[in-house]
Amino acid sequence: MRILNSTIAMGLGTLASSLVAVSPASAAGLPQLDASTYSAQVVWLVITFVILYVLMAKMALPRIGEVLEERQNKIDDNLTKAEELKAQADTAAQAYETSLSTARTKAQGAIRDVKEKAAGEAAARQSALHDKLKTQIAESEKAIASARDEALAGIKDVATDVASSVIEKLVGEAPDGKSVSGAIQAALKSRA
Amino acid sequence: MANPIAQFEVKTLIPLNLGGVDASLTNSGAFMVLTVVAITAFLVLGMRKRDLIPGRWQSMAELSYEFIAGLLRDNVGSEGRRYFPFIFSLFMFILFANLLGLLPYAFTTTSHIIVTFVLAMVVFIGVTIVGLVRHGGHFFSYFVPSGVPMAVMPLMIPIEIISYLSRPVSLAVRLFANMTAGHTMMKVFAGFIIPLGVFGIAPFVVDVALVGFELLVAFLQAYVFTVLTCLYLHDAIHLH
Repeated sequence: MRILNSTIAMGLGTLASSLVAVSPASAAGLPQLDASTYSAQVVWLVITFVILYVLMAKMALPRIGEVLEERQNKIDDNLTKAEELKAQADTAAQAYETSLSTARTKAQGAIRDVKEKAAGEAAARQSALHDKLKTQIAESEKAIASARDEALAGIKDVATDVASSVIEKLVGEAPDGKSVSGAIQAALKSRA
Repeated sequence: MANPIAQFEVKTLIPLNLGGVDASLTNSGAFMVLTVVAITAFLVLGMRKRDLIPGRWQSMAELSYEFIAGLLRDNVGSEGRRYFPFIFSLFMFILFANLLGLLPYAFTTTSHIIVTFVLAMVVFIGVTIVGLVRHGGHFFSYFVPSGVPMAVMPLMIPIEIISYLSRPVSLAVRLFANMTAGHTMMKVFAGFIIPLGVFGIAPFVVDVALVGFELLVAFLQAYVFTVLTCLYLHDAIHLH
């Protein structure tokens, strides 16, 4: 790199001197090589460069540096704050999840309890109804049986009466009550 | 046709003599003052709002700060921090002098070898002092390349010393020659525009392109000068 630099320097040096050689327009050559202008230029270069350095070092650069630092601090601050908020949000989300799952378990337990209770109650009620119906059926059957017996007992008298009146109409004289009832008895017996 | 090197002539504006030394304000000195004023205005006025979210102008001022700070950090390291104001002033001075010189009728201070040479010598002497202060006599080991057989040392050491001493020359001549050559070329083409009549459009187009090219050169040469200064500073601080 350093050797390259010096090569470039030499090359440009030759270029500069050839520039001087091929500019016949001004007898003194390049104005840059007029040494009488040097002291004034050096004096002003030193003055202006020192002023520039002081202005930069004491005023311009600290100002820019402050603004950049302020911005960096602000960014860092906001990032920390954002991280904190995110952690808070995470905790809250976790708490929410936990409470949600507890509530769900609790609700499921309650539902199971209620279901079981309802099922028990239903079974009890069903059996009670069953018993009640059973007794009612038994009572009804008994009533039907007694009614039938009563009806059957009445049938003989009615049959005797009907048979007596039929015979009286047909024959013209009242039959013997005893023989009619005996015949009815026999007929009922052969049917039963 | 106008003389293409007339633009480099130094003209005395206010004659001044300080104890036998000519310290007249010339057009060159006036443009140096203008350069300093322009840089200060650019930075101080640009930063006057101190916005958290910068506008365009403040962005440019901050960009120049961060650009040079990054350059110094990458090339010198954290030890270079204290030289930041100098490196920054150097870069801005050369950049603004180059850019102001591109304005019509302006004078380009960096096209004068004495100006670039003084700047280069300040860098050269400053860097050498930094090296001597940091390393004392050990600094001279810089001229003894490592990993070279003893037999070629008598050859290598003079080469290293010459290459070290040629640094200010290469710095000064590179900037001076680039500015002078670019401005001369623009002026030569400009001189053909009117005499060629209708065909003057051709050198005019060339000059338009050259303005863009010279803007690039103005920035690039300021950058090169600053980067090389940083590299020299790195060498002085770290010795290879």
